[in-house]
Amino acid sequence: MRVLLAALWLAAMPALADDALDARLKSLEAQLRCLVCQNQTLAESEAPLAADLRNEVRELAQSGKSDDDIRAYLVARYGDFVLYKPPVKPVTYLLWFGPFVMLATGLVVWLLVLRRRGMMKPEENEPLGLPANTGASVDVARARELLDD
Amino acid sequence: MSTMPAPRPQRRNTIKVLRWSLPLAVFAVIVAFLFVGLFRDPREVPSPLIDKPAPAFSLVKLHKPDERLTNADMRGQVWLLNVWASWCVSCRVEHPLLVDLSRANIVPVIGLAYKDKPEDGLAWLASNGDPYRMSIVDRDGRVGIDFGVYGVPETFVIDKQGIIRYKQIGPLTVDALDKTILPLVRQLQRS
Repeated sequence: MRVLLAALWLAAMPALADDALDARLKSLEAQLRCLVCQNQTLAESEAPLAADLRNEVRELAQSGKSDDDIRAYLVARYGDFVLYKPPVKPVTYLLWFGPFVMLATGLVVWLLVLRRRGMMKPEENEPLGLPANTGASVDVARARELLDD
Repeated sequence: MSTMPAPRPQRRNTIKVLRWSLPLAVFAVIVAFLFVGLFRDPREVPSPLIDKPAPAFSLVKLHKPDERLTNADMRGQVWLLNVWASWCVSCRVEHPLLVDLSRANIVPVIGLAYKDKPEDGLAWLASNGDPYRMSIVDRDGRVGIDFGVYGVPETFVIDKQGIIRYKQIGPLTVDALDKTILPLVRQLQRS
């Protein structure tokens, strides 16, 4: 009985290792782009090249290469474009930080406008095309209230 | 509400101008980017291998399967590596250009028969003409992967030191040959 269990256990080991490898490859391939059908991941694509690259990735993984090694291997051949998540480096600063810069700029402009409107005497609201004590200034007051919460 | 003095008239004018000119400028920049984007091909991904040594290979020759070609055999001359396959439709489009190029005898072209059965490749060359100094067989596409090949046909310009200088993705065109590839080849041959 014990021998049988041991044999079963030994037989199950490679299968377990395979499952772990499969899971690892699946998540890795989901982060890699297929160059042939560019909006599909390596995991999804049925292009022949994608199949070749999946094999290649599997072999690299089986030979003990880490996920980073595998990514570096593909980037060396196909460029950063294979990565769905582009690396942060000077040429991609605009891509990574541009949206935040735009958001911050928008916030600053918005706050400046609010401040100016709030501080102006009623008759000076005229150039902005906003009659005093109507919708806009009420809105500003409301926005203040909400922001102060 | 406030005791701050009203903005000076001059400053108010600047703000007035900014109010329409700033959004217009932002809009113009976006339009410029989108306009340029109209003429760019998203399939042409810049290769990281440009100005790097060509990956090492050792492949059997299509016509002489018992002989191999390696990088070292091509050292000292400028050459083109053209990736083709008998199953590749757009290879037929560029093929007449390659035949013309081989007649002009300007630069040796090595064919990389990519993921192709040797007999299919041989038959294809027999019926379409063979423009290659020689063809080598990349049966499983491994060397193709090392060269970052993703869309056959592709053509690499490799210099005397074995460094990749240019990569054409997709079929060669008269324009690409005359304006880019051949001038580059001549320049590399002189150096």
